[in-house]
Amino acid sequence: MAMTDATRMHHEHKAGAASTDERKSWMGVLARAKRDELEAAWASLPSRPAHSIMRAPEIGLVMVRARAGGSGNPFNLGEMTVTRCALKLAGGAVGFGYVQGRDKRRAELAAAFDGLLQDDSRRLELLKDVIAPLAAAQAARRDERSRKAASTKVEFFTLVRGDNPK
Amino acid sequence: MYVAVKGGERAILNSHKLIAEERRGDPSLAELTIEQIAAQFKLAVDRVMTEGSVYDPELAALALKQAQGDAVEAIFLLRAYRTTLPRFAVSAPIETRQMDVRRRISAAYKDLPGGQVLGPTYDYTHRLLDFELAANGGVGEPQAEAADEPLPDLMPPVLDILDREDLIEQEIADRENEPVFDLTRESMSFPAGRDQRLQNLARGDEGFVLGLAYSTTRGYGGAHPFVGEVRYGEVAVEITPEELGFAIEIGDVSVTECQMINQFQGSKDHPAQFTRGYGLSFGHGERKAMSMAMVDRALRAKELGEDAIHPAQDDEFVLSHTDNIEAVGFVTHFKLPHYVDFQAELQLVRKLRAEHAARHEMKEAAE
Repeated sequence: MAMTDATRMHHEHKAGAASTDERKSWMGVLARAKRDELEAAWASLPSRPAHSIMRAPEIGLVMVRARAGGSGNPFNLGEMTVTRCALKLAGGAVGFGYVQGRDKRRAELAAAFDGLLQDDSRRLELLKDVIAPLAAAQAARRDERSRKAASTKVEFFTLVRGDNPK
Repeated sequence: MYVAVKGGERAILNSHKLIAEERRGDPSLAELTIEQIAAQFKLAVDRVMTEGSVYDPELAALALKQAQGDAVEAIFLLRAYRTTLPRFAVSAPIETRQMDVRRRISAAYKDLPGGQVLGPTYDYTHRLLDFELAANGGVGEPQAEAADEPLPDLMPPVLDILDREDLIEQEIADRENEPVFDLTRESMSFPAGRDQRLQNLARGDEGFVLGLAYSTTRGYGGAHPFVGEVRYGEVAVEITPEELGFAIEIGDVSVTECQMINQFQGSKDHPAQFTRGYGLSFGHGERKAMSMAMVDRALRAKELGEDAIHPAQDDEFVLSHTDNIEAVGFVTHFKLPHYVDFQAELQLVRKLRAEHAARHEMKEAAE
């Protein structure tokens, strides 16, 4: 999932133009970031470039698809709310933000960071100072949830788990 | 009856004030916040999201607050709200195989790879009222245990085990680029494809779908299902915005999935094999996902060469009645003024009675 990808990306990133995979990864991390995390990260930037709004934050829906039987043909499960925003930085880069829910500020901040991250001269620093900590926080939340679930794993004491079905 | 409409305006306004007061309840008590409802009435919120067909816990919580906890009214509010929004995209099908599992159990295999993970469940609770919850101050901040290690990243679906031995019909995606039926844009048509049926059941009223599922095991369907797997957890939602041209993840949704194993089929040409029923809901909704899986299987009767004779096997009957918003609209519209209609019926009944009485008198006179 994106969080692991983002963590990996943090270790592998290099100078030069960002690849699509890298951008996908940071956009996934930004989409999952909480509002106050994004605000704090934005406030802590040494400099914030001027930007103009291309598409003001807008609330809409995404139809979530699933598959019959988990692996079969697609069907429409139901929609989810999404907010999107596009803005243009002074340097010319266009940032896009797509976040779940109806928080316009979150979408705007996600778009601003996406724009900034396209700046080759700032990317490494931003990946290190903003994206990596956000990804780590997301991974930590996920890990805690998973460990709580793991505490409810049934331990059958007469059998060795995983032996039966092969 | 225009005069009545004019006189009704003030009454309607006052009714709004009255409902606002009733909704608020005793003003000496603290008002419920949306956050409290979303956090502490999670299962009600999840039901409203599933049947309202919009994943947004805050909106569902707001709808529940506005509806004084009436789930169907809240679902109605959510459905109405969604019509005001544009649709940005359709997601790639979510990969439940990749779910971050919070709960995963199987009634078919005790020992399965990854184990039985009970997660947050009422299954093993005593169904006794817990007066600690009612005590002053409540229960404080209960802390769940956390294992040293998280669950494995991937927990393969239990049905893979049967799949490997070819003991269950395969679920293959062979219509990948064909249009997918969308009830929010197309009207119902029959016979309905599985895509239409699954969307309908996912949105369908939990009570109605549960009742239908129940019927299939109680003499109206001959079903004997096994829960191959119920899993609950988070899956990523991915879209490809046109302006980007590549796929991005926009967040995660919680879903509950049920894979139901059903009685095997066999024929001259095909060796016996188990068949599948599938259920999926937003949030934590096991009753719904299980019921949906059972009705999905029942609706596959014709495709599997079974006699479709029971209500739950009849797609037109099932699909036309699952939607609680349509059902509510139709049933409750009888509350609206029918003064003219009723006057007409009244006159008819009076006329019939008069004729009846006249016939009776004639008969008595003749005797």
